[in-house]
Amino acid sequence: MADLVVRLWRGDENGGEFIEFKIPAQEGEVVLDVVHRIQATLAPDLAVRWNCKAGKCGSCSAEINGRPRLMCMTRVNQLPEGEPIVITPLKTFPIIRDLVTDVSFNFEMLKKVPGFKPKPREADGTYRMYTEDVERGQEFRKCIECFLCQDVCHVIRDHEENKEHYAGPRLFVRYADLEMNPLDTNDRRQLLVEKMGLGYCNITKCCTEVCPEHIHITDNAIIPLKERVVDDRYDPIAWLGKKIFRKSKKVETDAK
Amino acid sequence: MILRYGIKLVTVTKSNPENVGTKVSLGGVRGGPDVKTLRKDIWWLPQVASGIGLALFVIYATWTAFRNGNYYDGAHGRDYLSPFYSPCLASNCTYKTASVLGTWWKLSPALPILIFPAGFRATCYYYRKAYYKSYWLSPPACGVAEPHKTYSGETKLPLILNNIHRYFWYFAVVFAIILTWDAVAAFRFGNSVGMGLGTLVFIVNAALIWLYTLSCHACRHLCGGHVDQFSKAKIRHWFWKKVSVLNPHHMLFAWLSLVWIGVTDFYVYLVASGTIHDPRFF
Ligand code: SF4
Ligand code: SF4
Ligand code: FES
Ligand code: FES
Repeated sequence: MADLVVRLWRGDENGGEFIEFKIPAQEGEVVLDVVHRIQATLAPDLAVRWNCKAGKCGSCSAEINGRPRLMCMTRVNQLPEGEPIVITPLKTFPIIRDLVTDVSFNFEMLKKVPGFKPKPREADGTYRMYTEDVERGQEFRKCIECFLCQDVCHVIRDHEENKEHYAGPRLFVRYADLEMNPLDTNDRRQLLVEKMGLGYCNITKCCTEVCPEHIHITDNAIIPLKERVVDDRYDPIAWLGKKIFRKSKKVETDAK
Repeated sequence: MILRYGIKLVTVTKSNPENVGTKVSLGGVRGGPDVKTLRKDIWWLPQVASGIGLALFVIYATWTAFRNGNYYDGAHGRDYLSPFYSPCLASNCTYKTASVLGTWWKLSPALPILIFPAGFRATCYYYRKAYYKSYWLSPPACGVAEPHKTYSGETKLPLILNNIHRYFWYFAVVFAIILTWDAVAAFRFGNSVGMGLGTLVFIVNAALIWLYTLSCHACRHLCGGHVDQFSKAKIRHWFWKKVSVLNPHHMLFAWLSLVWIGVTDFYVYLVASGTIHDPRFF
């Protein structure tokens, strides 16, 4: 088999450059295997984050030929043959070194999510959930927090300043999961509009395209959230209905 | 309230959204080269294709809307009314559905009704995606940097108006019913019942309009998506599941119905102007 040409970004916050590696190709490899072989043979100080090599831990996120992907789930033979494989760190987050970025932004945003606040138990001290009540949220819980969706989202990828008021697709998945939970009593819609930037998303679906868990982020989480926000503040009929029937979610002003 | 392990339970309500409003700034130097994109595939192709497709349709629709002629074929024993002119509401209509607008409307009778389907499509979640990418280049493609210095998405006027999409949906349902009626009327051949190639064109048109309208995201929400506890709302759950089958194909239906409504109009134009003869099956 011919040699592979791999162009890796090497550097840190003080600057960086592409370094080109030539390494013999091997059958059946994924990009992470190649990176590991480079680390083992040619660049022992190469920084790369990984854990499971099975597409389940979400650590090995990087950009391969300009597309955010998991290195462990990208087969070398699916990339254009004879062309260099270009690997760069996630663009949206600050670099630590080489392929490793600081993804704290996402965890900070996660901390801000108002948690699950269940309604009171039924008379026999339990909660009852039926299949149809739990089904819908299953998809959202497949998220492996690889943050590829956060990385590709142009709202923060191209506009650093939006990070102050934009939670991003992964977090919208989390919000959708909680908002749709039949037991939960928090109403996060106002927060979503005013502080989490739901309106910044222009539903261009790049997050859905890159999600390795195939979560329908835009169709099943973001758009339903946008529609719920419409109920809350842009739909006069829904607003009137709420005033008359008082069906809206229980508003509590508990401790912080 | 502090739960076990010192985890705080945060309650955000309408009255105190401030609870979790503190800013994060986790900026820092980014890695990678300072280029617009490292993609080498033909990432621009889908956007260019849909941009051209939409532009062609707008050009055709403008021609049709101002044509104000050959939109109804009643002269050949047929009863074909172009979907661009249905319902025809002005007194100057060749075929009057109802003369709601009266005589003061002097322009093409297509114009006052086209506002509704145009608004429906312009605020549709799919078309929004398409024009944001193709025309506004935000983003030009996934992982390709956009050319704008600032970005506010759908948070400000005019784009915040896209939130009224569901109101256009209500009208769209009315239009789907009217176009279905037109398809039924296309079986009318003078005083008898028949079927021509045009009838078939009308049936396909009505079917595609229904598929597009029912696969709409606002429809999905209104039918049942707004419910949290489906076990307590069985009927809405049933509707939601049905709409959820169509919804993933919304983009396909958007294009098919767009193209076909043009085809239907052009067919009526050809028959009404006598350019072609509409073959009758029975
Ligand atoms: S659909 Fe919205 S959240 Fe997803 S990448 Fe596009 S702008 Fe970002
Ligand atoms: S939603 Fe998908 S792309 Fe985003 S972090 Fe979760 S698994 Fe990754
Ligand atoms: S190493 Fe765990 S997802 Fe790639
Ligand atoms: S018509 Fe496209 S989302 Fe409603």
